[in-house]
Amino acid sequence: AENEPPWGTPCTQLLVFIATPGCDGFPSLDSKENYKLSVSEDSLLLSADAIWGALRGLETFSQLVGRDENGTYYINKTEIVDFPRFPHRGLLLDTSRHYLPLRAILETLDVMAYNKFNVFHWHIVDDPSFPYESLTFPELSKQGAFNAMTHVYTANDVQTVIEYARLRGIRVIAEFDTPGHTLSWGPGAPGLLTPCYLGKDPSGTYGPINPILNSTYQFVTSLFKEVSTVFPDFFLHLGGDEVDFTCWKSNPKIRAFMKEMGFGEDYKKLESFYIQRLLNIISSLGKGYIVWQEVFDNRVKVRPDTIIHVWKENSAPYMEEMANVTKAGYRALLSAPWYLNRISYGQDWMAAYQVEPLKFEGVPEQKDRVIGGEACMWGEYVDVTNLAPRLW
Amino acid sequence: RYYEYMFGQSRRWKRGHRPLGGRAEPELLQLQVVIEARDPGCHSYPHLASSEAYHLTVTEPVAILKADEVWGALRGLETFSQLVHEDDYGSFLVNESEIDDFPRFAHRGILLDTSRHYLPLKSILTNLDAMAFNKFNVLHWHIVDDQSFPYQSIYFPELSDKGAYSYNHIYTPTDVHLVIEYARLRGIRVVPEFDTPGHTQSWGKGQKDLLTPCYSGERPTGSFGPVNPILNTTYDFMTKFYKEISSVFPDAYIHLGGDEVNFDCWKSNPEVKEFMKKQGFGTDYAKLESYYIQKILDIVSSYNKGYVVWQEVFDNKAQLKPDTVVQVWMGNNYAHELSSVTAAGFTAILAAPWYLDYISYGQDWKKYYSVEPLNFPGSEKQKKLLIGGEACLWGEFVDATNLTPRLWPRASAVGERLWSSRNVTDLQDAYERLTNHRCRML
Repeated sequence: AENEPPWGTPCTQLLVFIATPGCDGFPSLDSKENYKLSVSEDSLLLSADAIWGALRGLETFSQLVGRDENGTYYINKTEIVDFPRFPHRGLLLDTSRHYLPLRAILETLDVMAYNKFNVFHWHIVDDPSFPYESLTFPELSKQGAFNAMTHVYTANDVQTVIEYARLRGIRVIAEFDTPGHTLSWGPGAPGLLTPCYLGKDPSGTYGPINPILNSTYQFVTSLFKEVSTVFPDFFLHLGGDEVDFTCWKSNPKIRAFMKEMGFGEDYKKLESFYIQRLLNIISSLGKGYIVWQEVFDNRVKVRPDTIIHVWKENSAPYMEEMANVTKAGYRALLSAPWYLNRISYGQDWMAAYQVEPLKFEGVPEQKDRVIGGEACMWGEYVDVTNLAPRLW
Repeated sequence: RYYEYMFGQSRRWKRGHRPLGGRAEPELLQLQVVIEARDPGCHSYPHLASSEAYHLTVTEPVAILKADEVWGALRGLETFSQLVHEDDYGSFLVNESEIDDFPRFAHRGILLDTSRHYLPLKSILTNLDAMAFNKFNVLHWHIVDDQSFPYQSIYFPELSDKGAYSYNHIYTPTDVHLVIEYARLRGIRVVPEFDTPGHTQSWGKGQKDLLTPCYSGERPTGSFGPVNPILNTTYDFMTKFYKEISSVFPDAYIHLGGDEVNFDCWKSNPEVKEFMKKQGFGTDYAKLESYYIQKILDIVSSYNKGYVVWQEVFDNKAQLKPDTVVQVWMGNNYAHELSSVTAAGFTAILAAPWYLDYISYGQDWKKYYSVEPLNFPGSEKQKKLLIGGEACLWGEFVDATNLTPRLWPRASAVGERLWSSRNVTDLQDAYERLTNHRCRML
């Protein structure tokens, strides 16, 4: 023919072959995300062990398709064998400091998929607000949300997020951070938080969860029983960071308890007392857990399969913490250098890019315990009006 | 549009019914707007000396907004719209008030940079709306620079043909008129900046021989520097170009730039060196820069336009007309610069502490709010020469995807600083009003 186009016969089909589909299941830490992509004149073939790999390969394929000046779509001949270096590649969104409407979360999940992220760490509640609508304790969001009608996540909303994420190979790990970061829990759960004292009288303000009452543990058991059912992932994030001891110290009943237990003046022991009981509750519910690094730093007795989330940038170089955590036998997640809420002028993406998660002194077994990391977008200064351009 | 601003966004899901018991509340039926001047100015353009003062009396049954000129009426209308609020039942309320208001500074500007990144028209217009919500009255349009030349010139179409990022990244004459008119209806002046002799890489693509060819030894390197100040063709071009600019942009002022001129290229060029010798400039290239600037200033003056220049033009001792406006932008000890500029008798506008493109973590609006422009050593007469300031959003890292959340509401802090009295400085009070204002702007 006279006007033979420079490219070959048009490709009309991308064949996707999956060894063990499991399309109805949920992604997990052990999911296989490797894939092979083969592009040649006569065939477009994407093959993967599991559906999760097929999703990653599909994303890559979509990025390889180009368009020329005439509007023709084309793809270069290529052979790709790809798999992730780290199995846990997460993004944290904070829906307590500012409520994020569902569409903002779903949009974020889309962009996560474009970037092959596979964990959505949902820091759903915290001091400022409690938007999670609990079936067991409806008062929590009724009293604790910024607005109980407009600034909540219903059971339906949560399921929508989980399914939307699943279809993109993204795990949803919910974080119900305790015993600190719980001020918004107070209004809907009277008696849960520690009343602070000014001398002999209650001051009217509240502190972390009250670790000395049986009612606390009953509450926690019931709430997490619900949370365990609602969120299908094996792991829950239990928080455990930044517990301020001032309120505990001011409360006479707590001081008496400290004496009784022989904790002396070491409130870290009280914190550990609470955390340990919490961890046991979660374990009995058949879930695994991730905790912020303080839980490890304060020597709480945790299960060997606990994942420690390293976030502190200031106190000691975080690579030292990574070394210590993995040396002690625990798996580690790195977030410290990736607090994307801390904006600055210029191309700060470079600093994030240059982080080498395994740059610490340790034996290979230690390095294997680093399962990945998370970019965090804390919400103090972020809501739907600026989330997307700040994060991406 | 103010009707829509006040009543359009009802927050209530459904209009609840107020208990009918107390229907004796006073009702406001009308806002009467009275403009006193013989020529209210509705068909003219705002300018530096426009009157923006207004008097607002809110009382039943009719509220009165009085202003000398239409520009004051616009400011008063904005204030009135901010006073109207909604209660839990969906009723709109306004408190009885008596307000006598006028701006502290006459020049309250926002700088947008459409060269580093093209900004679609929509982005610019949205920004003009936001400016009106904050009583800003000058859009300093830094329209072209090194990276791209999006301004479609009538006399020199090659400039944008060759210099814009693409044909889709252009401001046609219609676009420009739209911006000017949209701004005018909000009492906002559009002051264009065509920055020369530096910051002109994109001009060279469509205008041969405009820029100075750089040399390495005897040979041209192929790269170019600032506008070539020694050629007659340069001034022929500028004469014709500024003729167009003067007629396209109705404001009395044009910003001529004059900042950050790198002398290396000039120093490398043998013809330039020869010229320096002939003129007796020695090795002081600031003199060459001033020689160029002065000729441009004369060209622009001949079109009856006033001009604004960046501080270097003053610092390098060019001969400026007495009514030149000097824009102080360098962060190092800007107070000292303000003293120098005003001591020499020139009008000044302050931008140095308000480079909003320099983002940082946390509530940085507080540091913008805390700036006191008149905190510089000088007499009363000098202080009067500081006519205002500008919040600048340079475009290196800004385009339509992030402009609005990056600029607002941080620029609101600058807006208040420039409009309100010197003693309005309480951060806590400002915080409360700013958070409400932000939600209102959304």
